[in-house]
Amino acid sequence: MEIILAFVVGGLFAAGIYMLLRRSLVKLLIGLGLLSHATNLLIFTAARLTRARPPVIDPRETSLAPPFADPLPQALILTAIVISFGVIAFALVLTYRVYKTVGTDDLDQMRRTDAP
Amino acid sequence: MSLWLILPIAIPMLTGTVATVAYRSRAAQRAISVAGAVALFVAALGLLLDVSERGIQSAQIGNWPAPYGVTLVADQFGALMVLLAGIIGLAVALYSLASIDREREAFGYHPLVHFLLMGVCGAFLTGDLFNLYVWFEVMLMASFVLMALGGERGQMEGAIKYVTLNLVASTLFLAALGITYGLAGTLNMADLGRKFGYVAATQPHGVVTTLAVLFMVAFGIKAAMFPLFFWLPASYHTPPVAVSALFAGLLTKVGVYALMRVFTLIFVQDASYTHTLILILAGLTMLTGVLGAVAQNEFRRILSFHIISQIGYMIMGLGLFTSLALAGSVFYIAHHIIVKTNLFLVSGAVERVRGTFDLKPLGGLYRSRPVLAILFLVPALSLAGLPPLSGFFAKLGLVQAGLARGQYVIVAVSLGVSLLTLFSMMKIWNEVFWKSSPGNPDDRVKAGDRSVGLRGRLIPIGILAAITLIIGFGAGPIFSLALRAGEQLMNPALYIDAVLGGGG
Repeated sequence: MEIILAFVVGGLFAAGIYMLLRRSLVKLLIGLGLLSHATNLLIFTAARLTRARPPVIDPRETSLAPPFADPLPQALILTAIVISFGVIAFALVLTYRVYKTVGTDDLDQMRRTDAP
Repeated sequence: MSLWLILPIAIPMLTGTVATVAYRSRAAQRAISVAGAVALFVAALGLLLDVSERGIQSAQIGNWPAPYGVTLVADQFGALMVLLAGIIGLAVALYSLASIDREREAFGYHPLVHFLLMGVCGAFLTGDLFNLYVWFEVMLMASFVLMALGGERGQMEGAIKYVTLNLVASTLFLAALGITYGLAGTLNMADLGRKFGYVAATQPHGVVTTLAVLFMVAFGIKAAMFPLFFWLPASYHTPPVAVSALFAGLLTKVGVYALMRVFTLIFVQDASYTHTLILILAGLTMLTGVLGAVAQNEFRRILSFHIISQIGYMIMGLGLFTSLALAGSVFYIAHHIIVKTNLFLVSGAVERVRGTFDLKPLGGLYRSRPVLAILFLVPALSLAGLPPLSGFFAKLGLVQAGLARGQYVIVAVSLGVSLLTLFSMMKIWNEVFWKSSPGNPDDRVKAGDRSVGLRGRLIPIGILAAITLIIGFGAGPIFSLALRAGEQLMNPALYIDAVLGGGG
């Protein structure tokens, strides 16, 4: 399972970076979204996958017997999802404003602020 | 548990919230903003004194014991950074009163500044890598809005680059976090510092090095290190001057802080590789930054490129990796934050008087505004490192440390770069203040408007210039403070004991 997820994560990163390198603003945004998904899956995978062993203490026991799934990475991912949700929402609005102000969605046209 | 640790985060949060609630009244927002900035400054000073007196302080929020709970830590370095954030926050809050237009104020400029300060202080005080990520995001979110607030074309173009590259950096940081957790099973920095030696010994060499470089790239983008700095000169000159100054003073330094924290506490096993890499990048950062600045002809763009060049000096101390070198870096950061913010504020005052940032149409300001000229000269010469100003002692510490380590190339580069910095500051001086005004001094600002709000701008500039002089003339005690910070950074055991309580 880890192997499959590793390929999924790698594929998402590659797709995200490819999208970032395109000239269109919308694709840039999609690229950022893909990167954040890739990262969330990476955290999930890097912290080991444990199937069907929830970290819940059985009423008859007093402590958890390993192996059990680590809940912490999922808390991390949840936080990261919320943050990336906010950030992507902001970026979406920003993209729209940029399009309205600059009048194009071609990133190559937006070089007025670059150093000459 | 020390209350001082919580105040630098709680005060900006409270100020920002109250200022948001008071959005109807411009006067109330302005008063709250300044009051909050003063309170933050006082709290930061209290924290620094507390840490100087009693050593590294830590607190576990919610009383969960150390590796599990939310940890706040302040060592000498962190506390000093919080104080600098407090000073810059106050200077910018005062400057904003005179310079920010009503429209931006109505759309929440003041609360955003304080939320930004909350993120910055949180990043300096947290003892947990994941919380560092969260504070980064708090800071970035506020900075994104401040960057774009106003919606001018230049701002929009700058913002899209700024947002994209910072989000990529955050993603890389988060990926590095995930791998770290997979390797070590903890994200508490002190706990990582304790366990990472074992991890590095048992894991394949390449995995740990890759991880270290991943952190280096993620923080390097935020710190505008070579070759990851391109977002900075493309965006920092676009927002209003108060925002530029706030960003120039604090944001990249959060990246430098994170680099210094991670590469003194966690990734110290393979210093001959990672820290040498940092040293090489430091030299290249200095050189490309200053060469970029020499080629520019716009006040704020020159200053933006100088930020990059100065970042090189800060990480040079980290690359040399001795306690003297780290002390030099700490001192350099303190000096740089004050001076660079001040130079941006001066550029804003010049723009107020003459209506442009371009060097060509400016001139003759020494004759018409001598006070402004002197106030520019203090931070400018300090940036170039002329004695007895603060920049001289900062560079002296780094050069001494470099010579002691026998790294003559980096010392030569750093001295050469200072000469070019002096050249570039003299270019601004000649063009803006010394040469006679080209033709029509009228132009973009009506004669009646030129002094409007100028005094309000000069007050924070004067305060920061005075601090530069104080750091310069009082270099002894401040350098000894930096030395203590450097020693604490070189002895991670002190930090680990303060958080985990010795026994662990």
